Amino acid sequence: MEILFYIAASVAVLATLRVITHLHAVHALLYLIVALIASALIFYLLGAPFAAALEIIVYAGAIMVLFIFVVMLLNQGPLTVEQERRWLSPGIWIGPSLLAFVLLGEAFYVIMAEHAPSHDLVYVQPKEVAISLYGPYMIAIELASMLLLAGLIGAYHMGRRRGKERR
Amino acid sequence: MIDWGRTCLITVTMLGGLLTLASLLIWVERRLLGIWQERCGPNRVGPGGILQPLADMIKMFTKEDWIPPFADKVVFVLTPAIVVVTTLMTFAVVPIAPGFIVADVNVGILFFLAMSSLAAYSVIVGGWASNSKFAFLGSLRATAQLISYEVFMGLSLMGTVALAGSFSLTDIVEAQRGLWFIVPQFLGFIIFFIAGLAETHRAPFDVPEAEAELVAGYHAEYSGMKFGMFFVGEYLSITLLSAMIVILFFGGWHGPVLPPVLWFLLKTSVFIALIILIRGTWPRLRFDQFLSFSWKVLIPLALINLVVTGGIVLARNG
Repeated sequence: MEILFYIAASVAVLATLRVITHLHAVHALLYLIVALIASALIFYLLGAPFAAALEIIVYAGAIMVLFIFVVMLLNQGPLTVEQERRWLSPGIWIGPSLLAFVLLGEAFYVIMAEHAPSHDLVYVQPKEVAISLYGPYMIAIELASMLLLAGLIGAYHMGRRRGKERR
Repeated sequence: MIDWGRTCLITVTMLGGLLTLASLLIWVERRLLGIWQERCGPNRVGPGGILQPLADMIKMFTKEDWIPPFADKVVFVLTPAIVVVTTLMTFAVVPIAPGFIVADVNVGILFFLAMSSLAAYSVIVGGWASNSKFAFLGSLRATAQLISYEVFMGLSLMGTVALAGSFSLTDIVEAQRGLWFIVPQFLGFIIFFIAGLAETHRAPFDVPEAEAELVAGYHAEYSGMKFGMFFVGEYLSITLLSAMIVILFFGGWHGPVLPPVLWFLLKTSVFIALIILIRGTWPRLRFDQFLSFSWKVLIPLALINLVVTGGIVLARNG
């Protein structure tokens, strides 16, 4: 089990690195899909099959399709690759890497400290997820659905044809 | 612990059976379409033309495997595999008979939905990587279609899940011991069937490859066995759709007298034939019509189905 986790985790990290460093937008998005699938596998290994399935259905399967759709529509040529190359100059890496190293140090400290996360996994059944979603987290669910509904109505309003209505 | 020998045996049987079936379906489809359209169909190669897939395969392999110089090479080569791999992966959670299943995961339906949403990438990215206008138009259509129909494909199944009380496909089949879910979930069945047809982008939902207007749509630039892979993927998806319909709504392996495996195969072949019949008899739908049909008719219906089923389940359990 442990070795599977490390493989999936390293795939996720490598794929995410490629997402940032790749100059071609669609290729970067394809790497992001791989990263999402790897994190879904990690969810599964950590005992959350429901979260793993939703990660693939919602993120890898739906949201990333929309991302790719939009990037495909923009149809960026070699010019944008050049632009990306100019943007990704070594200088800009200094700030983010410093901040990331601070986080890495913190993570090491937490793991080395006495309250290291325990390894005994709890297998979460889909039913338990549902019960806690519609029990203690009811208000959060309602708020999220209201937000989504507002977004949907807004999108419909913006997409509406003015003037001659055509079916 | 996992019984490796048994799992390997089941996996090999499933893989062999499925790939044989996929190639056999090429002949079955053309022959059935021929009969329904009052002509013969392929009947020259072997008895009744049954060796036609073999001849097709030899043709495919010996054809020039052409990668257009303007295509995105790596992505272009990889995409035909996506649909085949994801569909074969899904068969891992399909219970053929009691105990005859590769991986009895407790989120079987979600796994099926996840894999079918990943399969969409082969169409979408394949059309993009070809870097030609017709293929690109095909993949744009495919994106809109697959996103629209994916939404309520999941919703239409939730009624079944509520009745069975589990995401596991084995549990769902077991829950249909007394009454097949086609009776209480008739609406869900209709919606799932339509959504499934749209997900496999078969006629009448084959606008991504509409040969009358887009040459061959998303696979216009593909040739040789890469083109063949798209077809194997399509036949595997048809088989998967039929198998899922049988499991979710027609009692899976349950049936009198005959052994369970035979019942499952029999029911599945009926649905495969039905899908082929639909292709032979229905005209292709207009793109904007069936997109608005999905958002304005099928999604509300799926939601109503879910609410009513949920209410009934709640009332019955007290």
